[in-house]
Amino acid sequence: MVKQAEMMNTVLAKTKAAGSVMLMLFAVLLVACGQQPSEPAEPETAASPLRTRLLTGEQYSNTIAAVFGDDVANSVLPPIPPMDRTDGLLASGTAFVGVTSDQVSQIQQTGAAIAARVVDEEHRDFLIPCSPESIAAADTTCAGLFLGEAGRLLLRRPLEESRLAELVQIADYAAEQTEDFYDGLALALEAILISPDFVFIADRAEPDPEAPEQERLDSYSVASRLSFLLWNAPPDDALLQAAESGELHTEEGLARSVDRMLASARLEEGMRAFFDDLMTFDEFESLAKDPNVYPMVTGTTLEHAREQTLRTVIDHLITREEDYRDLFTTKKTFMSMQLATVYDTPTRQGWVPFEFEEDSPRLGLLTHVSFLAVNSHSVRSSPTLRGKALRETFLCQKVPDPPPDVDFSALIEAENARTAKERLAAHNSNPSCAGCHLVTDPMGLSLENFDGAGRFRETENGAELEIAGELDGIFYEDIAGLAQATRNHPKLSSCLVNRLYAYGTGGPVSLRHDRDTLAWFEDRFVANGYKLPALLRDIALSGAFSSVRSAETRGNIEDSFPIKSPAERASAQPSLASVENQ
Amino acid sequence: MKKLDQKLSRRRFLKGTLHGGAVSVGLPLLNVFLNENGTAYADGMPIPQRFGTWSWGLGMSESIFVPKKTGPNFDLPEEIAALAPVQEHINLYTNFHVFKDDAPNLCHHSGWVVLRSGIAPTARENRPGETIDVSVARQIGNATRFRSLSATATGDVRDSFSYEGGNSVNAPEWSPLRFYQRLFGDGFQDPNAATFTPDPRVMVRKSALTAVQEEAQKLEKSLGAEDRQRLDQYFTGLRDLERRFDLQLTKPDPREACVMLEEPMDLPTGLDADLVAKRHRMMTDLMLMAVACDQTRVFNMFYASAFSATTQPGYDKPHHTATHEEAVDPVLGYQPRTSWYTRRAMEEWAYYVQALADFKEGDGSLLDNSFIYATTDQSFAKIHAIDGIPMFSAGTAGGRVKTGLHIDGAGSPGCRLGYTAQKLMGLDIENWGDKSNNTSSDIGEILVT
Repeated sequence: MVKQAEMMNTVLAKTKAAGSVMLMLFAVLLVACGQQPSEPAEPETAASPLRTRLLTGEQYSNTIAAVFGDDVANSVLPPIPPMDRTDGLLASGTAFVGVTSDQVSQIQQTGAAIAARVVDEEHRDFLIPCSPESIAAADTTCAGLFLGEAGRLLLRRPLEESRLAELVQIADYAAEQTEDFYDGLALALEAILISPDFVFIADRAEPDPEAPEQERLDSYSVASRLSFLLWNAPPDDALLQAAESGELHTEEGLARSVDRMLASARLEEGMRAFFDDLMTFDEFESLAKDPNVYPMVTGTTLEHAREQTLRTVIDHLITREEDYRDLFTTKKTFMSMQLATVYDTPTRQGWVPFEFEEDSPRLGLLTHVSFLAVNSHSVRSSPTLRGKALRETFLCQKVPDPPPDVDFSALIEAENARTAKERLAAHNSNPSCAGCHLVTDPMGLSLENFDGAGRFRETENGAELEIAGELDGIFYEDIAGLAQATRNHPKLSSCLVNRLYAYGTGGPVSLRHDRDTLAWFEDRFVANGYKLPALLRDIALSGAFSSVRSAETRGNIEDSFPIKSPAERASAQPSLASVENQ
Repeated sequence: MKKLDQKLSRRRFLKGTLHGGAVSVGLPLLNVFLNENGTAYADGMPIPQRFGTWSWGLGMSESIFVPKKTGPNFDLPEEIAALAPVQEHINLYTNFHVFKDDAPNLCHHSGWVVLRSGIAPTARENRPGETIDVSVARQIGNATRFRSLSATATGDVRDSFSYEGGNSVNAPEWSPLRFYQRLFGDGFQDPNAATFTPDPRVMVRKSALTAVQEEAQKLEKSLGAEDRQRLDQYFTGLRDLERRFDLQLTKPDPREACVMLEEPMDLPTGLDADLVAKRHRMMTDLMLMAVACDQTRVFNMFYASAFSATTQPGYDKPHHTATHEEAVDPVLGYQPRTSWYTRRAMEEWAYYVQALADFKEGDGSLLDNSFIYATTDQSFAKIHAIDGIPMFSAGTAGGRVKTGLHIDGAGSPGCRLGYTAQKLMGLDIENWGDKSNNTSSDIGEILVT
C-alpha cells in the first residue's frame, strides 16, 4: 500500500503539468477497479520559514477592534506604511517592510490616541474590568488586571510576569505624576502599542519534541498564523487558551481549533481580506473615474463595485462552498441601487442577490465592474491592464514591465483611432513592445465591450468591437469563451494555492522548497472539488504550516529568489521573458 | 489575582516631580542648533535653516521650457510662464544629466531615484541608498517635533520619494484632515503661547521607552539576521522618539509666522488636475504652517508621481499616457496636450514658492531661510530621456544662495545640485553620488561668496 501511495505520488507529480483531468481519471479508474484511492501523504520535508511580519493596516485596525471595539478602532487611521506588493500580495510584503523613524513617531501618536480613548469616560466602564479605589491615584491591582488581559490580547501571548510588573509600574508612576489613575493606565497601554512585538507578528520557534533536531513554531505563533490566515485578526481568547494548553500541538486539538475558526462568521472577514489583497483592490483607495466621461460613476459606485465582488466571492466560496473555478463563469452575484445604473438593470433598495440573464454578456469575476474599472484608466478602458491583471492576479504569471531603454519615439497614436485595438496596433507594430502586448492584449481586447467604468457598450466611437481572442492556446469567440478559458486554465487552481499558502505562512513561497508541498495541496484541492474551506483546512492542519524550516535550510533559502527582499531581488538583472512563478 | 512584585531591582524612572508644571525642565541647547549658520533674530536667537523637496512628473517640453538666456533675468518660455511671479526666488537648472552607467534606463524611475539618492537603480523595485531628505534630516531634523514630514497632492499613500532604505519608505500624508490632526492635534505645543507647562505625560512616555526597548532587545534575540536589521531600524525610531520627547519638555521658541489654521475638509479621491491643484494647495498650506511653527525643518511635497496620472477634463489621456501617445505637433514643435499638464505643474510650483515667501520671518521670509530642491523623473518623457533633466531650487538658505538664475549644467551630473544642497545644510560630505553620478563639484554659480 505504501508503495502504491508512493507510486501514485510520483504519478501525480508528473501528471500535474498535463492538468487535473488526468488525475481525476486516474482516481476514478482506481475506484472503478474496486480499490480505494490512497491519499498521498504531505511531503516529509514540508516546513515554512520563520517570519517577522509587520501588521497590515487592516490587521492593526482589526486588533484594536477585537480588543477595544469598533468605535475605538475607527477613531484612528492605522499608522502602518504601505506595503510593496510582493509575489502578488501586499501581505507578502509585510515580511520585508521596514519602519522608518517617521513611521515610529506615527505609531506612537496613534497609540496615544487609542489609549486616551480607551480610558475616556465614555469607554472606561466597558473596557476596564475594575475601578480604582481613587481616581486620582495609582491602583496597582486594577492596573495589573487590565494590562494583563489587554496585553495578552494585543501581544497575542500572555505577558511574562516581569513585563506585566513593569507595565504596572509605568501605570503607577504615571498616575502619581498626572494625579489620574486613567491617565496612568493610558500611558502604560501606549507602551504596549509602541512595542515591536505588537506591531510585528514575530514567529518564534522551539525544538520539536517529536523530532529533536527539527524546530516547530511555538503554540502562540501557530495561533497567530491561524488567526491572521482565517480571520485577518489576532487570536481570540479561546485560541490563546488552546495555545496555552498545548492543544495546538496535538493533531486533534489543532483540528478542533481550526474547525471552530472555519465555522465562525469571522471566516468571511478573513477571506474578504485575502481576496481583496489578491485582486489588488487596494487600488480602490485612490481610484476615481473622470466625471465628464463616466458621469454615472461616483466614489460610492466604486465602493459598491468592490463590495459586489467580495460578496460574490464569499457567497460562492464560503456560503455555498462552490467550485473555485466557477467564480469565473457564475451568473450569480449581488446588486445595489448604486451599481444598477452601471449594469443598466432594475433592482431593489439595498444589497440583493442577483443573477445575470442567460443572454447577458456578464458572467464571472472578469465581467464585474470592479475588475473592469480597476484595470482601466480614469478616462478609458485598457485591454493591456486587464490582460495583465488576469495573468498576474489569477494565473500567477508575471508580465514584464516595458523593457528598459525601449524606444518610444516611433510610438505615435493614430489620432483617428476609434477603438483600443486600433490604438494598440501602434504598439504591436513595434517589435520591442509587441512581445509583452501580445501576452496581455488578446484577452484584454475581449473585454472591450466594457468601457473604462465597466459599463457595457456595443461599439466604441461607432466602430464594431472585435472580441474573439486566445488565452494560452485556447481560442474563443466571445466573453463567455474567455470566461471558460480562464475557468479551465491549468494555472488557475495552482495560483490560488500558491497565494493562499504564501498568505498563511506570511511571505512568498519558495519554488525550491515549497514545490512539492504546493503540489500536494493542489492535488487535494482538486480532489476536494476545488472547495476553498477544504483547502484552508488542509493548509492550516498541514505540517508545513507549523513546522519551521531548519536554520541551515533557512540560510540556504535566503539565497533563493522568492524570499529575498524586494530590494535585493531587484538588484538582479530583469529578464525580458515572461516569467511564470509557478 | 496574583500579587504583583513591587520590588523591581532597577529604578528606571526619572526623579523629579512635574505635577502640573511646577518645575521647568530645562534641556541644553542642542548642538545642531548651534552649529547652523543661519542668520539671527534681533535678540541673537538663530533662525533655523530648512530643507524642502518638491516633485513633479514627466519632465518638460524642451523647446518651450528651457530659456534661451542663462544667468539672471532669464526669459520665461511659455511652458514655465507661470513662474513669473516667483522668478526672483528660484533657480532653474537645465542641461544637467542623470547617468545610468551599466544599469538599465528604467522608465520613470531611474531619473528621480538618481536625483534623490545619487545612485542609479538596477530594477524597478530597487530603491538604493537613502534619499537626500533623509540624510539632511539626520543633520538638521533633530531639534523639532518631527524629523521630517512628507505630503502628497495625489491622495495616494503610496506616492513618496522619501525613503530610508529599499524597504523603508516614509509614507506621505495624503489626507488634508489627517495631516491637520497630526500636526495640530494632541501633542502640538503652540510656540507663541504665553505660558508653557511641561506635560507630565511626556516625561512618563520617555521613561516607558526604556522598558519598551528592553522588551525589543529580548525579541531581537529570536530573529534571523534580516529581521534583526528591521528591528534595529525600529530601535532607531524609538531612540528618535526619545529625542522628540525631550524637546516637548522644553519651552519652544516663539515663531512669529505661526498661527492656527482651521481644520480642513477632506477631498474626494481622483487625479483631475483641478482637484490635484486644490489638494496640493491645502497640503502646502498645512505643511508650510508646520514649518513656520517649527514642527519640522525638513519637508517633502509631492505634486505628481513619476507615472503621473493627472487627468484633463474632456481629454481621454492621463498625463503619462499623453506623453507617449500624443504626437509632437509639427507646427508647434511640441505635444500641446502634454504641455498643458506640465504648465499646470508649474502653476503649482509657483504657488508653493510664493507660499513660502509669504511667511514673514525675521527681516525676510520663510523662503529666505530655506533651500528647496525640486526634481522630476524624465526630461523628454515621450522617449524616457533622462539627459538634460530639468531641476529647480528655491530660497536663499539664509542668504547663502543667489536666486533668479538659469544655470546651464553643460552635461555635468544633476547630482551636483543635491550635493550643493547637502553642503548648504551642513553635511560633512566630500562628494555625493555613485559612478558617473558621483560629484564633488558644487554649483558655484549660485553660491554667495
